[in-house]
Amino acid sequence: MAESIAELIGRHPVLEGLSPEDVEQVAGCSHNIVAEMGEILFREGDPATTLYLIRRGQVSLEIHAPGREPLVIETVGDGSVVGWSWLFPPYRWTLTGRVTATLGAVAIDGSCLRGKADADRALGYVLMRRFAAIMLQRLLATRLRLLDLYGDGAGS
Amino acid sequence: MALAAEAGSEVRHPLTPLRYRVVGKRRETEDTVTLSLLPVDRPIALTRPGQFNMLTGFGVGEIAISISNDPAAEEPLEHTIRAVGAVSSALCQTPPEGVIGVRGPFGTDWGVAELSQTDTIVVAGGIGLAPLRGAIRALLERRRPSGKGHLLSVVVGARNPSQLLFEEEMLAWQRAGAHLQVTVDTARPGWSGPVGVVTDQLARVPADFSNAVALVCGPEVMIRYTARALVDLGMPRDHIRISLERNMQCGVGLCGHCQLGPWLTCRDGPVFTYDLRAEGILASPHR
Repeated sequence: MAESIAELIGRHPVLEGLSPEDVEQVAGCSHNIVAEMGEILFREGDPATTLYLIRRGQVSLEIHAPGREPLVIETVGDGSVVGWSWLFPPYRWTLTGRVTATLGAVAIDGSCLRGKADADRALGYVLMRRFAAIMLQRLLATRLRLLDLYGDGAGS
Repeated sequence: MALAAEAGSEVRHPLTPLRYRVVGKRRETEDTVTLSLLPVDRPIALTRPGQFNMLTGFGVGEIAISISNDPAAEEPLEHTIRAVGAVSSALCQTPPEGVIGVRGPFGTDWGVAELSQTDTIVVAGGIGLAPLRGAIRALLERRRPSGKGHLLSVVVGARNPSQLLFEEEMLAWQRAGAHLQVTVDTARPGWSGPVGVVTDQLARVPADFSNAVALVCGPEVMIRYTARALVDLGMPRDHIRISLERNMQCGVGLCGHCQLGPWLTCRDGPVFTYDLRAEGILASPHR
């Protein structure tokens, strides 16, 4: 039997452990999506409306610069989440997201979720703690890459 | 430490190199080559994965280079060298049939003989895969007779796809049963693998971290953060083996150039256990 959206959300590593009431609130803003390899999930500069809870697959985050090939700066895969631009004004994507392995995800309407978080501050706090933890992890990963981790090799 | 014990009655001075001929040369990346070497006169003593040799570019100088295969099980001896200075560039430019000097083997090894009964996670950053290649081959060889065995995971990180070493061989490791995860810092569209730091890949390794052993090699900052991530995932510190590099010159613990805290890296390393003392030394800005 197919799992309900609420079950998918409740079992996703990012939102696991949320109360059933909170899960229902999030589920009310969500729908299930599948995207094939090569599809553009979102494009830099476009209005950012969605948060994606990735169940399986992979999304690459690309930066584009005039006269240069796009650069993939990060990939996000199973059990993670992609898309923060819906959370803060001006609600526009800052990167392009391309599917690089067939994607199964829960798409959450950002405007709907912001509305519910504003109306229920306890829910908003719980969600923000989850999202901030991931943002912190990604900030650390970015700092590590600033160190040029592989630039001065041992064993050479 | 192996002090040039060798077959025959003649005892060789540990600072005297033996001549080795380049019998094969393979370009791995833009600045990195693997030299296959056979002895001109006599061979050095048997080596173990993780140890290093001092290689001489005659007329240029001598540097420490890790052994990148498992010469106890296969010939010829192989060294993978990145051209970053005068000596390493000269070694990389040595043509087939050219002769270089080799003395060694020196230092501690990965201890693969002890790892047949445990899951092993190999984590390599950049050129750090070279000193681990022999260990990976040896661990896969041990799995082969029954086709079973404990899990070998290989996690590799590089700046970008063009900097990856041993790409075809990595696929062979995967076919032989290794769990392989390769990540790069940046890539062009078309790269289908992960993009991100190597530490982010560790949580996806299908191993029981509390019982597994990790072999980690790469730049020191990568080792430091990888070891911390492994501890955070539940791996005991004494299950983590790291390979460190310093300015090794004599190779036999005499000159002191490779001192690292209380250790002489050439004699007490290059493979160390990541215990609290090692963690403190790696985290210290004054070492």
